[in-house]
Amino acid sequence: MSLDSHKTPTMPHALEFKSSTFSVPVLVLSSVDLGIIEQQLQEKIKLAPEFFRNSPLVLDLQEINKQGLGINIEELTGIIRKAGLFPVGVRGGNVQQNKQALELLIPVYSVHKGGVTAENKKQKTITPAPVPEQKTDTDIGIGETTLITQPIRSGQRIYAAGDLIILAQVSAGAEIMAEGNIHVYNTLRGRALAGVRGNTEARIFCIDLQAELISIAGNYKVSEDLDDTVRNKPVQIYLQDQALIIKDIVQPH
Amino acid sequence: MARIIVVTSGKGGVGKTTTSAAIAMGLAKKGHKTAVIDFDVGLRNLDLIMGCERRVVYDFVNVINQEASLNQALIRDKNCNLLYILPASQTRDKEALSQEGVGRVLDELKKDFKYIVCDSPAGIEKGAHLAMYFADDAFVVTNPEVSSVRDSDRMLGILASKSRRAEQNEEPIKEYLLLTRYSPERVKLGEMLSVDDVQDILSLHLLGVIPESKSVLNSSNSGIPVILDEKSDAGQAYADIVARYLGENRPHRFIDDKKGFFSKLFGSK
Ligand SMILES: Nc1ncnc2c1ncn2[C@@H]1O[C@H](COP(=O)(O)OP(=O)(O)OP(=O)(O)O)[C@@H](O)[C@H]1O
Ligand SMILES: [Mg+2]
Repeated sequence: MSLDSHKTPTMPHALEFKSSTFSVPVLVLSSVDLGIIEQQLQEKIKLAPEFFRNSPLVLDLQEINKQGLGINIEELTGIIRKAGLFPVGVRGGNVQQNKQALELLIPVYSVHKGGVTAENKKQKTITPAPVPEQKTDTDIGIGETTLITQPIRSGQRIYAAGDLIILAQVSAGAEIMAEGNIHVYNTLRGRALAGVRGNTEARIFCIDLQAELISIAGNYKVSEDLDDTVRNKPVQIYLQDQALIIKDIVQPH
Repeated sequence: MARIIVVTSGKGGVGKTTTSAAIAMGLAKKGHKTAVIDFDVGLRNLDLIMGCERRVVYDFVNVINQEASLNQALIRDKNCNLLYILPASQTRDKEALSQEGVGRVLDELKKDFKYIVCDSPAGIEKGAHLAMYFADDAFVVTNPEVSSVRDSDRMLGILASKSRRAEQNEEPIKEYLLLTRYSPERVKLGEMLSVDDVQDILSLHLLGVIPESKSVLNSSNSGIPVILDEKSDAGQAYADIVARYLGENRPHRFIDDKKGFFSKLFGSK
């Protein structure tokens, strides 16, 4: 859809309205303790600093309002900005919260069905499942398999809406994300996040595990947690009862 | 067809300018008309290493701003008449470079030169970005240490995603690894990464290994690219690199600490 401005012969064409869809991470709050929010937010960001740097963020207040808890939007957005994120919207807020948001020049969005569900968070989960916007180097259509043959270098980020297959190495400092499974037929040194929108059935496969971080549906392990029985080996990684299982790919399981 | 080579690294002080001067001279000595451009606006180093600092009248920024023509700004090398230097400005900062301006200068150079060597500044900011943006080939200069390797990896990501070739979906930039300041003794002592270690992390085509060598400092003090010091190990290593780049098959040297050990072909473990 585009609403072209009426062109006059003397005026150069200066703007055009277009409708476009962006995916933006949503922060679903389940506590109003600003101290705890700040601490947990910083912890999450530390896990994927590149991913979160200058990222826009929508605040979802539905949960806390359901519980009848109040929160000061100004203080909340202060914490978020301090963490290096940009609040670009509020949803699920009450009349007063919405008014406060608008005064802070933050747009108010309505909650629509089929959106991100506010699951209860367990320890060691990265929530909300970050959804990409145009910041990733590659961003591919839903349900499709993405095949990449070039190395993914430090600083590069790949997001696939379906499965992701990488034939080259993934360097330390690189980040690969998929809503489905991730296969790396080479050395995995960077961060790999499968099932980023909550698919707990997603798996990660790689030929040589040296990852900085692996995550399935938000359940993660960092390099330190990987012991020598799985390091430098061909492995598959999957979720079982909310625990990450790392297994030698050739063993029967 | 002219080819634009960027000499880049991410990390500073690894030997980009030394390498740019050496390979530009090497290519010219092989009979190819070559220009070497200093993209390190504000610092100006290349003209010192090339020994032409006293002949600088106009610079790269003057040409970009159309205050001088290319012919006015290019300095012909005193040792080789097929080699020209386009010096950087000392009085401006990197903001003086524009993508459009750099593109225009390179297009003009392409009409007259076979190889255009771009000496990139350190970092991944504007100057480094413009130095690599129009490149056909990239010489990624890396020292055998973790931070340099990591920065090179980062730069390779930028080459693969932010260059003109990447943006226009053309054939990607050809990337080559140049491992410099290599010291087999220190590798043995475990103080440095080995060629194999670096290759394992970067998985990149190795164009050559340049040993840590006193001749580099001597040459730069006298303003003569080290490749002209044909007796020196670093000079020979750069000569090998130029020859390999031009398609000659030369075995790798300077990887082992046994003197005169010529035949270790890289990759045959
Ligand atoms: N093979 C070598 N052996 C010994 N010294 C070397 C070698 N290569 C470079 N050097 C020295 O390292 C220093 C940095 O070299 P150079 O200026 O070429 O690096 P650079 O990457 O261009 O630096 P910058 O990032 O500041 O532009 C110089 O003092 C140079 O003499
Ligand atoms: Mg330099």
